[in-house]
Amino acid sequence: MRNEINEAHESAEQSSDTPDFDVKRRVVIPGEIIVSSEDALPGDGARREGENIVANRFGLAEEAGRLIKVIPISGAFVPRRGNVVIGLVTDITYAGWLVDIDSAGSAFLPIDESPRFINRNELDQFLKIGDVVAAKIWSVKSSKSIDLTLKARGLGKLEDGFTFKIIPARVPRVIGREGSMINLIKDKTGCNITVGQNGWVWIKGTSTDSEIKARKAIEFIANNVHLIGLT
Amino acid sequence: MTKEFKRIDGIKNNELRPMMAKVGVIPNADGSAIFAFGNTIAIAAVYGPKQLHPQHMQNPATGILRVNYDLLSFSVSDRKKPGPSRRSQEISKVTEWALLPAINLKEFPNTVVDVSIYILQADAGTRTAGINAASMALAHAGIPMRYLVCSVAVGKQDKSLVVDLTKEEEDFEEGEGATDFAIAKIANSDELTLLQMDGKIAPELVNDAVKMATESFKEIYEVQKKALKDFIEAPADSLDKKKKGAKK
Repeated sequence: MRNEINEAHESAEQSSDTPDFDVKRRVVIPGEIIVSSEDALPGDGARREGENIVANRFGLAEEAGRLIKVIPISGAFVPRRGNVVIGLVTDITYAGWLVDIDSAGSAFLPIDESPRFINRNELDQFLKIGDVVAAKIWSVKSSKSIDLTLKARGLGKLEDGFTFKIIPARVPRVIGREGSMINLIKDKTGCNITVGQNGWVWIKGTSTDSEIKARKAIEFIANNVHLIGLT
Repeated sequence: MTKEFKRIDGIKNNELRPMMAKVGVIPNADGSAIFAFGNTIAIAAVYGPKQLHPQHMQNPATGILRVNYDLLSFSVSDRKKPGPSRRSQEISKVTEWALLPAINLKEFPNTVVDVSIYILQADAGTRTAGINAASMALAHAGIPMRYLVCSVAVGKQDKSLVVDLTKEEEDFEEGEGATDFAIAKIANSDELTLLQMDGKIAPELVNDAVKMATESFKEIYEVQKKALKDFIEAPADSLDKKKKGAKK
């Protein structure tokens, strides 16, 4: 049952961000011309300036057909709809829980989005302040209102184990294509691992030893983005 | 009056001190960089975008930039009393204005991007080194930016213009004395974002000073660009060593 937690994360997340060896990639800095072409289209992190497509941020420029985009390699987590994140319950209101997901603005988990019926007067029976939860971002209206849900496979309160943080931009790498990387680590160490898009990683294994091994493997991948063979 | 003016360390008038730049020096920050002009060393860290408190400062139309510049107490020969001073508050503000036109925080309403600049070692030109470091740190933090920002101080020793003064040159007192003219420019554009001058300069010379700085910006830009690219392409530790242990 535990293993299911992870699958929910992997399916949706790394569709576009995993390295693809057919496309050209190179490091660009803000203001650097990526291509000079009239029919190229600027995607995320790029803009058009006259006849050039120019990088809008620091990252890896990727040319996929006509679309040019810049993939982030550093920086803070920017919440998007559909992201699975790991957060910390910081407050309980009459309508749900406030969750710190380590982004600008905290997220709200409404009582209706919990997987089972919860009495409004006993919210802390399900999640207490200080609990760690894996949730999916249901909507992002502005940085002030991020709504979470637990209504998907594998989401919910994370019990036991431990969490640590990696650079959010490295999460797609850690998960790997279709979850190949994280599944490999899970298989080899026998740990349950959940990777949130906000950079929080939760590990629970049968022994401390295997948990530490899993953590070291994840940190190694996160710290070595430049190694092309690592996918 | 001598025609050929000699700088104290014997370098040419339009020559910068040796520069050093590195990105990603503070693991806990979202973006960080270190930049040095000779003995002047500045380190910058960027945090955010994050929720802005106090709430009344929040802007629903855009994120805001908040810069804090300070000298560390050991950076100067007479210990600097820690904490904000009139000087550091002023430099924080002008640095903020120098960087703001280059970045775009419209995607992050109600948030703040905090930039902390600390001077590890001061030998004149600290605000310019700070701006250079901060612009790299902002890029490293993945903040949407139009361009990097480059900055340098042009000075005057008696009658000749020199670029990137040291403290010793700044204290030059012969003839017309020394002038310190800090300039920042958005790279790849003609927009100047910082013009601050101490001392005296003939109005005709201002244009020459800006031209001189513009030439130097090309060099500074290359250093900044290289530092950012090296962060991914050639990290400090040896690549080969890591490749061996990479797969499985």
